[in-house]
Amino acid sequence: MTENKNESSPLAGLFVTCLVDLMRPSVGFAAVTLLERAGCRVEVPEAQTCCGQPAYNSGDRADTKAIARQVVAAFEPYDYVVAPSGSCAAMIRDHYPALFADEPDFAPRAKAVADKTHELVSFLADQRGLDSVPGRFEGRVTYHDSCSGLRELGVKAQPRRLLARVAGLELKELRDAEVCCGFGGTFCVKYPEISDKIVSEKCAAIEESGADLLLAGDLGCLLNMAGKLKRRGAGVQARHVAEVLAGELADPAIGEPERSPGRS
Amino acid sequence: MSAGTGKPARGQILGAIRRSLKRDAGDGGAEADRRLAERPQGPAVQRARLPRPQLVELFVQKAEAVQCSVARVESPEALPEAVADYLKQHNLPSALRVAPDPELTDLPWKDKAPLLTVAAGRAEAEDSVSLTGSFAGVAESGTLMLLSGPEGPTTLNFLPETHLVVLRESQLVGPIEEAWARLRERQKTDRGGSLPRTVNFITGPSRTGDIEQKIQLGAHGPRRLHILLVADEPG
Amino acid sequence: MQATSRNFKDNAHEALADPNLQKAMGFVRTGFIEKRKAAADALPEFEALRDSARDIKNHTLANLDHYLERYESKATENGAQVHWCATAEDARQTVLEICRSVGARTATKGKSMIAEEIGLNDFLEKNEIEPIETDLGEYIIQLRKEPPSHIIAPAVHVTQDQVEADFRSHHKHLKPDRPLAEPQQLVAEAREMLRQKYLDADVGITGANFLIAETGTSVIVTNEGNGDLTQILPKVHIVIASIEKVIPTLDDLGVILRVLARSATGQEMSSYTTLSTGPRRPEDPDGPEQYHVVILDNGRSSMLGTEYQEMLRCIRCGACMNHCPVYHAVGGHSYGWVYVGPMGAVLTPSLIGVDQAGHLPNASTFCGRCESVCPVRIPLPKMMRHWREREFERNLNPPAQRWGIRAWAFLARRPGLYRAVTGLQVRALGLLGRRRGRFASLPLAGGWTRHRDFPAPQGRTFQQRWAERRRESGRSAA
Repeated sequence: MTENKNESSPLAGLFVTCLVDLMRPSVGFAAVTLLERAGCRVEVPEAQTCCGQPAYNSGDRADTKAIARQVVAAFEPYDYVVAPSGSCAAMIRDHYPALFADEPDFAPRAKAVADKTHELVSFLADQRGLDSVPGRFEGRVTYHDSCSGLRELGVKAQPRRLLARVAGLELKELRDAEVCCGFGGTFCVKYPEISDKIVSEKCAAIEESGADLLLAGDLGCLLNMAGKLKRRGAGVQARHVAEVLAGELADPAIGEPERSPGRS
Repeated sequence: MSAGTGKPARGQILGAIRRSLKRDAGDGGAEADRRLAERPQGPAVQRARLPRPQLVELFVQKAEAVQCSVARVESPEALPEAVADYLKQHNLPSALRVAPDPELTDLPWKDKAPLLTVAAGRAEAEDSVSLTGSFAGVAESGTLMLLSGPEGPTTLNFLPETHLVVLRESQLVGPIEEAWARLRERQKTDRGGSLPRTVNFITGPSRTGDIEQKIQLGAHGPRRLHILLVADEPG
Repeated sequence: MQATSRNFKDNAHEALADPNLQKAMGFVRTGFIEKRKAAADALPEFEALRDSARDIKNHTLANLDHYLERYESKATENGAQVHWCATAEDARQTVLEICRSVGARTATKGKSMIAEEIGLNDFLEKNEIEPIETDLGEYIIQLRKEPPSHIIAPAVHVTQDQVEADFRSHHKHLKPDRPLAEPQQLVAEAREMLRQKYLDADVGITGANFLIAETGTSVIVTNEGNGDLTQILPKVHIVIASIEKVIPTLDDLGVILRVLARSATGQEMSSYTTLSTGPRRPEDPDGPEQYHVVILDNGRSSMLGTEYQEMLRCIRCGACMNHCPVYHAVGGHSYGWVYVGPMGAVLTPSLIGVDQAGHLPNASTFCGRCESVCPVRIPLPKMMRHWREREFERNLNPPAQRWGIRAWAFLARRPGLYRAVTGLQVRALGLLGRRRGRFASLPLAGGWTRHRDFPAPQGRTFQQRWAERRRESGRSAA
């Protein structure tokens, strides 16, 4: 395990994810910090936009495949493809090969990229054996297991293992941590009332945990839960787990104002 | 016997299945016949693979876990007393409907349990206590296996509120697969391979969780299931 | 049953506002899940058994025609009368004719989802045969004139207080001031009410969890014992089963039973697993004189060989709905037809058409918990997605959704344009939202902001900032 990087260090292509790119770039920078800490060189291909999930889960297979081809082409040159999102990583890793199963010309390329794609935190813990992190956090946090990461990629122990390395941090486990937060991509706008019911249950559990800060590995879920916590007037803040692991907490938490005289 | 069923519908359904499966005309089902002949086994459940004494313990533990009561009885001759004791202990009626099985009807009821009224036959609506034999006990799950037949009316297993079952230790098997093997053996010699009309696997008394998931015993079948486990193997 | 699946959103809206339903669903959210987990964890071979159960069903489906023929021949050898029915209408007529042939006036019924699927109760009533549901949950919903809201716990949406009120209003001959506050009192009253009905019924109708090809046997798995009283007391026993219920051997049954009850209720075995082979034998002291098996297709044969074939593995345990956040939120009736939750979201469009049931495969967050607990490992989210693809191909989803997706995809396929357009939008939103950090309402995002705030973006995209950082480090290096 080394921080010294040279030409022989593996080259990781960061799949930023559309939500991090647009909504919360600080997560992307935290990811870069952690990947470099884990001994990788990091590049961010320009030709990336989105993994295609919105189209895929809406039944638009043609557009999904067009987007997927673009992602495959953009990330072929790297040793690893790493995304700060379980659902985008699972899309590339599990679903791209299935999309091209009947295209013998492209299938091997999709498979090759799929095989080297990882969710950020599990990549750090399992592939790179990272055992110390720069982050420090004085306070109680709770952790929500986002569905795709948990059930498609088996991300469960890794974030807890790394959070245990964050000085000062106390983890309060969340009741029903494995229950969906109700985001579901387009689900939350197609069925807003049902989504609201589910995220309300989730927020009740978060508030019950006694934590000051909610963490998760997927920004979609975090935007949903943070937005609901704010609407409920709850005091719990929300961040991507990478921000805490990297110790990059200068930006306000999700949905917090830039300067808040009352609360820090 | 009716329009829309019988032969035409049969051909239509099987034809539709064959079309959907893109079945070759020459496929006569050799693969199915092979499975039916070979009867491959699923994953073995280690818990059920125990030497006899532990098997008895496992059965008792599992049966009690599903709200059966179990009494260990030294010999068949001790059964009438054990039955009378149980009924008295639980303030239950002393009238008993017994399966018409000589192993049960020939027991020394008059001598050993003179206060009981014992009648043999199928269950009627008024019967509140029944006593039957059993074919096997499955230790893996604390399950009783009862067969219908002249000596085993099925109504006895369901109509009365209290069901007493005699099980000999030698009838215990580990996993359910051993019960199938014993059943096949019995049916092969006596009954040309067919199963009895009814095979009942009974795991605890009747229950329901239909009201707010709260488990209540005695929904429609017996409220009480008492197993009289008779020692018949050298200890 | 008249499907109301088209009205899923309205149904769900009502369900979310129904305090009784919400209270009742609270019990599902905890009880079933904890019990299943405890049972699964207690058996080291559970995952291997799931694989084996999946393989047994796959093998059977691949040879379904052969196994049905072999089942039929064994059943007939043992005196069963087997009736093949291609449609729901055929099955209803067949049952009616059997009932009429013995002059039946009442028929007791064990719980059967196939009976619900073919709308048997209404049909028998119209034809002057009284159907009597005997499963406690089914009895409750029959009193309430409601369909089931769960495939193994049909009255799971009803609270104890509601059951008490229903019993008081329907059991008028009993003392009005009798105590009924305890669940045991309600259970005892239902037991009393149904006792005589079992004895008086001319016909007993049950479903079948399985048909066994090896022996020509039908199997029911129950806890109450009502299915057994239904099938052994009347002169005639009718089994109604769909084609995919057949499995090869008794040994295969052993494998599947081990995963069925654990997945359904967390039991190792249900109280009663009953195998029936033909009518009573001449030497039997009890049992039915006639034994009929109605084998129903009703659209299933056309699921074979398609991307929905795996759905036919389903053994109806209910674990998928027990673990579904959407089902927990809206209950079973919102789904608008017989099959509910994730299995209903896949099966219902197959049986009544995706134009009718299009909402169901969409009303899922794809959280995947259903698939993770399915005892036969049916990839439920994948199959819901296949339905979404069929809808998209046929232009069945709302135009606003389609155009939203198409517009997003148009940009996502053009990285340069994407960066230009999103960069500007995000910049504007970031500036507007910076002071509060979030938006309480946003144009075009009403679905989101009606219920929750929309966190403001940080202002400039990652790609913009990254490019800037690279330029700066390039300059400092130079």
